[in-house]
Amino acid sequence: MTPESRVSFPRLAGFGGLVLLMLGAVAVPAFAQQAAAARDYGNFPLVGGRGAIWIAAEVHLMFAAFVLGVPLFAVTVEAIGIFGTDKRYDKLAKEFTRLLLIAYSATAIWGAILVFFLSTLYPKFWTYMSTIFHVSMWVYVGLFFFESFTLYLYYYGWESLKDGIRKKIHLGLGVLLNLWGTAVMFIADSWLSYMMSPPPQVSTDTAPETIRLWSAMANATWMPINIHRLIANVVFGGSIVGAYAAYRFLAARTDEERAHYDWMGYVGNFIAISSLLILPFAGYWLGREIYQYDQGMGITMMGGFMSWLWIIQAFLIGVLFLAGNYYLWVGMARIPGAERFTPYTRWILGVLVLGVLVWSTPHTMIASRAEQAAMGGSHHPLLGFLGVMSAKNTAVNLMILSTFLSYLLYRRANKRPSVSWARAATRVQAALFAISAAIVIFFGVYGYFVTAIVRIGFSVYQVLSVIVTIVTVLVLDVLMLRGAESRGAIRWGQMPARSQYALLVLAVTFTWLMGLMGFARSGIRQHWHVWNVMRDTSPWAATPALGYASKMISVCVLIFLALIAIVFWLGGLVEKSTYAPPAAAGAERAPERELAIAGGAD
Amino acid sequence: MKSRLSHPFVQALLILAVAYLLFRFGIAYIPPLLGVKSAPVPHTVLLQYMLTVAVGVLLYVSATEDRWRAFKAPIQRVLVDPSQRLYRLALLVTVPLLAGFITYRQVRPSVEAPPNLRSIHPAPPSTITFRGKTMTLAGLENPLRKEGNLRDHVEEGRRVYYQNCVACHGDQLNGKGHFAHGFNPPPADFTDNGTIPQLTESFVFWRIAKGGRGLPKEGTPWNSAMPAWEDFLTEREIWAVIIFLYDQTGWTPRTWDTAEGGAR
Repeated sequence: MTPESRVSFPRLAGFGGLVLLMLGAVAVPAFAQQAAAARDYGNFPLVGGRGAIWIAAEVHLMFAAFVLGVPLFAVTVEAIGIFGTDKRYDKLAKEFTRLLLIAYSATAIWGAILVFFLSTLYPKFWTYMSTIFHVSMWVYVGLFFFESFTLYLYYYGWESLKDGIRKKIHLGLGVLLNLWGTAVMFIADSWLSYMMSPPPQVSTDTAPETIRLWSAMANATWMPINIHRLIANVVFGGSIVGAYAAYRFLAARTDEERAHYDWMGYVGNFIAISSLLILPFAGYWLGREIYQYDQGMGITMMGGFMSWLWIIQAFLIGVLFLAGNYYLWVGMARIPGAERFTPYTRWILGVLVLGVLVWSTPHTMIASRAEQAAMGGSHHPLLGFLGVMSAKNTAVNLMILSTFLSYLLYRRANKRPSVSWARAATRVQAALFAISAAIVIFFGVYGYFVTAIVRIGFSVYQVLSVIVTIVTVLVLDVLMLRGAESRGAIRWGQMPARSQYALLVLAVTFTWLMGLMGFARSGIRQHWHVWNVMRDTSPWAATPALGYASKMISVCVLIFLALIAIVFWLGGLVEKSTYAPPAAAGAERAPERELAIAGGAD
Repeated sequence: MKSRLSHPFVQALLILAVAYLLFRFGIAYIPPLLGVKSAPVPHTVLLQYMLTVAVGVLLYVSATEDRWRAFKAPIQRVLVDPSQRLYRLALLVTVPLLAGFITYRQVRPSVEAPPNLRSIHPAPPSTITFRGKTMTLAGLENPLRKEGNLRDHVEEGRRVYYQNCVACHGDQLNGKGHFAHGFNPPPADFTDNGTIPQLTESFVFWRIAKGGRGLPKEGTPWNSAMPAWEDFLTEREIWAVIIFLYDQTGWTPRTWDTAEGGAR
């Protein structure tokens, strides 16, 4: 295979997807208007119109989340490589971007499929949306065009822009890529958030031509969804990269290769879990905005028939916390000096398991008639107390604190601080943890003795105490460990296989969770295309039962994972790994340092 | 004995056994000894709890290499060691029997209705029509709290309650009226902190006025035998009985968030 042919596949596929998308976005409004005259809805074999849209939108979204999340941390890792003068980070950033390249084509193709499905299966709705948003759709296509070229420049210019000021220009391209990508996402978010929360003055009688674009875009849930997705994309991208590294680790033939992919998996997991810690706060903001916009929609989501999804979500997020922590604990076996922290991990595990138990306790329990009679209703007289937000907020905040403690132990494992105030700083850190936990528990318990409206405000104090603790403890730690002695280099690659399965579990769980909660957000519109404005009158208008929805989401997850596996395989065919064995790369060796912020330096 | 207890396999079994006893019996019977109301944990929740603990136990035993090796050792020994043939045979018999027994229990025909997934808090509509009058529920307050004497409203509400509601919701407002045993699910227990303290008075008004037949279509079946009281009570009587419910139980109604936002 010639070098030219190596690069031609993703480029061609990317352009193909781009052209499809442009054709769809530009040509389809006219086509849709024609179609609308004849019919409001189309049908699709086997799965129906809604099923087809569901799969196309979900798989497109999963790829989009990946290709928007990965550049965010690829450019960060590249910057660490430039300013920390460590070439290994640069190679890692390039490998992240290589994963991105082909996935980007898949995103565009699925986007085009979605546009065509919308225009042929939901022509009336598509006409309505394109009447309001057509200008933003044109801007979207333009930005997508710029984003594609920036991506190609960023990846294919890696080697020619690798020294001096040219490297800084390359980094600038990476930043630009992220700006285009974020703008593209914000525009798409405005469409879907309009469907949830159209401006209050818009009603069923409002002609779409009279709705101003900006008032439709800047709706009540637009910014919360933007922020939530921005963070979630990083989490998702990190987990998929972690899974890729795990796969390469398990398939590795040499110790050096294992060391490289062990390190890559660690970085992916670090990015995923550290971003995950702040994700619930963004989710909370989104939920609050939904409640404030329309209480009925909020109750359907949290207390009504969608509430069962939150129990499944609690389980899945519990899996994420447990798997993320487990990966760190197993990884501590390859860090000299970590054994002194090993006894603490069992207590952290205890807190996490208790947290999952509380978080996943349903308020309304599935019970037989005899069980209901014994309980005096659907609420358990004792466990019912764990089913409300006071208990759940307390549990999740303590789980976040515990996970942060795991990271802290991991990053300090092989270091011996050399500053004189290290002992005092450690005591301050411990006190901060204790105070924060006490604040979280206090407001959790106190919440049972006040009215609901006061109780809702308590969660802000809980979150603030956790954030302040995390930031202060981390700053202290970074200052304390400057110039610290090493207890020995991390033995990268000496990880048992089960730790890599934890990374795979993380990726699958994140993907499933994204589909599940996406359904919760979208499903609370019920039989409305646009909430209280445009009614869904198709045969598929009824909100799907949870069992059917779970199956559909699982199908989407399977399609995405199968495709991403093919994408990675194709990536392996057209490009070789950025890992170069020592013989070929001269001084190349297994990485001994981690991300500066992640610690664990040799 | 101590060394046996420190073996990961024994520890794992002990944790699982203690957890099961705690969830199955402890939660139901220990709190009443301390004067705290409790009840047996439904099987669905018990299963969920045990699954979580089992995952936690597996993570614990495999978090370090030494512990993982020690945990697996007795399992491997029973599976391959020739001296463990008897145990192996016993397992080969008991495990399928146990699986068969569990399956039998699950598929055995029963006259009992299967447990169902039921939402307690239906989402209220933004507006309702009460005897021809349109009422916007969002932000709606109980008008009687701002007029007349509160005690008079409580007494009026008490009259309404004992004339219309007591038969199902009970003399103590705990959902155990004379007719209660005939309903599945049982009538709402107003003394439960999961019912009226979680709701605004306008929500309670909607539920009383529209009853079971006025429940929203999503999330059906709701299985509610609650009549639509708008056919029998005036608007004032419904607001009065709501004041009585909160006064008698000591709960305070949920208030509206006054924060500015995109509310509609």
